[in-house]
Amino acid sequence: MATDIGPPDYKTMLPPVVRRNYGKWLYHEILKPGVLMHVGESGEALYTVRAGSPRLLSTDTLREICEIADSYCDGYLRFTSRHNIEFLVSDQTKVEPLLLELNRMNYSVGGTGHSISNIVHTQGWVHCHTPATDASGPVKALMDEIHEYFVTMTLPAHVRIALACCLNMCGAVHCSDIAILGIHRTVPKPDNSRVPNVCEIPTTVASCPTGAIRGDMKNKTVTINNDKCMYCGNCYTVCPAMPIADPDNDGISIWVGGKVSNARSAPMFSKLAIPYLPNNPPRWPEVVDAVKNIIEVYAAGARKHERVGEWIERIGWERFFSLTGIPFTDKHIDDFDMATETFRSSMQFKWR
Amino acid sequence: MAKSETPLLDELEKGKWPSFVTEIKKAAEKSPMAKDLLHQLELSYKDRIGHWKHGGIVGVKGYGSGVIGRYSDRPDLFPNVQAFHTIRVNHPSGWFYKTDALRSLCDIWDKHGSGLTNMHGSTGDAILLGTTTDHLQTCFDDLSEAGFDLGGSGSALRTPSCCVGPGRCEWACVDSLDLCHHLTMNFQDEIHRPMFPYKFKIKISACPNDCVASIARADFSVIGTWKGDIRIDPAEVEAYASSGLNIQREVCDLCPTRCMEWDGRQLKIFNEDCTRCMHCINLMPKALRPGEEQGATILVGGKAPIVEGALLSWVLVPFMKLEPPYGEIKDLILRIQDWWCDNGRSRERLGELIKRLGMRTFLRAIDIPAAPQMVKAPRTNPYVFFWPEDIQQEVK
Ligand code: HEM
Ligand code: SF4
Ligand code: SF4
Ligand code: SF4
Ligand code: SF4
Repeated sequence: MATDIGPPDYKTMLPPVVRRNYGKWLYHEILKPGVLMHVGESGEALYTVRAGSPRLLSTDTLREICEIADSYCDGYLRFTSRHNIEFLVSDQTKVEPLLLELNRMNYSVGGTGHSISNIVHTQGWVHCHTPATDASGPVKALMDEIHEYFVTMTLPAHVRIALACCLNMCGAVHCSDIAILGIHRTVPKPDNSRVPNVCEIPTTVASCPTGAIRGDMKNKTVTINNDKCMYCGNCYTVCPAMPIADPDNDGISIWVGGKVSNARSAPMFSKLAIPYLPNNPPRWPEVVDAVKNIIEVYAAGARKHERVGEWIERIGWERFFSLTGIPFTDKHIDDFDMATETFRSSMQFKWR
Repeated sequence: MAKSETPLLDELEKGKWPSFVTEIKKAAEKSPMAKDLLHQLELSYKDRIGHWKHGGIVGVKGYGSGVIGRYSDRPDLFPNVQAFHTIRVNHPSGWFYKTDALRSLCDIWDKHGSGLTNMHGSTGDAILLGTTTDHLQTCFDDLSEAGFDLGGSGSALRTPSCCVGPGRCEWACVDSLDLCHHLTMNFQDEIHRPMFPYKFKIKISACPNDCVASIARADFSVIGTWKGDIRIDPAEVEAYASSGLNIQREVCDLCPTRCMEWDGRQLKIFNEDCTRCMHCINLMPKALRPGEEQGATILVGGKAPIVEGALLSWVLVPFMKLEPPYGEIKDLILRIQDWWCDNGRSRERLGELIKRLGMRTFLRAIDIPAAPQMVKAPRTNPYVFFWPEDIQQEVK
């Protein structure tokens, strides 16, 4: 069988209206939440209807989506970088019927403009071996609760939420307006009977960013200096005999104020808001409440077009903590590599 | 009524957002694998811990990547997910699909796997979630028959991905779809046969809005931009003003460089101070357009925290014109990868290596001249290194 054929040529997947207006789009408008109109220099328009997706899709649902696309979009659709489904309609008269059909079938339409779009997330308990929490579950619980922000555009600006179930951050969540991050809080436990058989000691020792692991050559295993371990799980990635998951102590941390777009302010990392919340399946109420609270305080206080991070920079972290009621603790003060860059060296601070 | 076997997961079928549990249940009606996945996941919800073992190495003939091995740690309870491997399928640029292509993917996956997918993974691929070892090769054969190939995994070039760009966006300054496809085709070997110190990601956004988060998660970030003046259509500016957009407050006052002036009738942009942030263009797409000389900024080093901390990509080439056959950018990628392969330690990402050996060394090795666009400000510490040729040698 032929190898290295590469992906299908995208040109064969583009609706004719896109092929005709490729690179010659003039402007777009958001007609209503979830509905975009792109107009080309030719005057032709493409209508996009954006629907939410759980990202994890069965082939049955994919076929259902295909059927909808056949009926309303001449068989063309795409997915977004946030896992939403976009129905690409070239015939304006089909937009309203498509919306009715999606409504009838309980698809959520939205995620455009000043809304909360789909939560980019990872595999969690569904498919990974290193998670500190599930991914799809907390996302579903949260999206149910903030659904209104998906189907409307009432927020001051875009709010991008992302979730990763461990520090490997498959979703690269560290530049999100709100990041939900699974964390371990206990030290891995080397299984001395398995380490000699399944792990290479020098590689395992080298895998630790803090130098917490020492080789115990006599016993062909490793020991860990508990005080140095920051529970990154990197050693477990290279040595399966050092499990780190801990049902009672694993949980979720919340980070805020990141962005990737260059609009107005430069791209920035998310910063720690809440160091730990418990894993409480199936609906993670503590996590859902905490995120909702941050969104609501932001929505009430931010100026138009201000992203979460821009709002916090304006009001100051002192006021972020007082307005949200989130306690500030010693865990918010960095003690890792570049910690001193975050310490304040000025008198220009606020009292609350 | 019989008592439900998945009471915890059933809770997640309630509510307005589409439910992944419903998806697993749909697949479970046809696939014993999906059924065992559902029950194993219920156990995870009860135990608050994952039930997957560390993956072993599995794959298809001729490839070192594209398949992720996955095994249950409770095969006694869930024999149908004893092996439950993931296949990464390289997506078409921009995630555009014709339904017949998507259906052929569904047919293949129903024949060989669990019937569950991720559309899409965070790197971009269509993820086929869960099959057994003996189906891998036949599934691959059927996929390539249907025109699909595998994506990257392990210490390989990961599947490049890009924003929708000129396919539907008036702001695109480069042809992200075409470039992504070209690079993917050009680097097939690097995608399928892991040969690097660690993973290497290329992501392409066609303008500074960076819809694929290229700056945060790509070792090699391509972000479209322009030189010269923002194009203004004065009539459309007035149309925005009369339609209720507060141009002074929403556009001019929020311009980060304060390089815009609005006197109530005319909008002026002092382009020499504009940093091309896109804010004003985002707000008035009908009235403002990027300048005519378009290309991209190339940035390097972005990554998530593991191992040495998260990095955002740094500016490397402030402006590069990007047109087929894209020789200049391909050549740059090769030079960078060569240097990284020669100098990188195992599991050291490009950004970490640059940090360890110094940007100065990196720039010299790949033959890129220093430019003020590369830094926020020059250094503040006086520990400056000099090359031997900078120094007047001692006379013997
Ligand atoms: C069983 C373990 C794992 C599973 C099931 C898993 C799953 C995934 C999946 C499905 C993707 C998207 C792939 C694609 O779209 O092509 C992904 C991406 C990624 N993974 Fe993993 N992964 C695992 C382990 C790891 C490890 C050990 C690391 C780091 C040390 C890691 C870091 C990442 C990162 C940074 C991305 C890309 C994020 C982005 O570019 O948006 N993953 N992972
Ligand atoms: S973020 Fe961590 S736990 Fe989640 S899928 Fe990635 S590697 Fe696995
Ligand atoms: S979890 Fe991380 S810090 Fe702790 S021992 Fe393992 S590698 Fe080191
Ligand atoms: S990155 Fe820019 S060009 Fe690409 S889709 Fe986003 S806004 Fe459009
Ligand atoms: S692109 Fe940004 S910096 Fe340039 S004029 Fe517009 S708002 Fe100002």
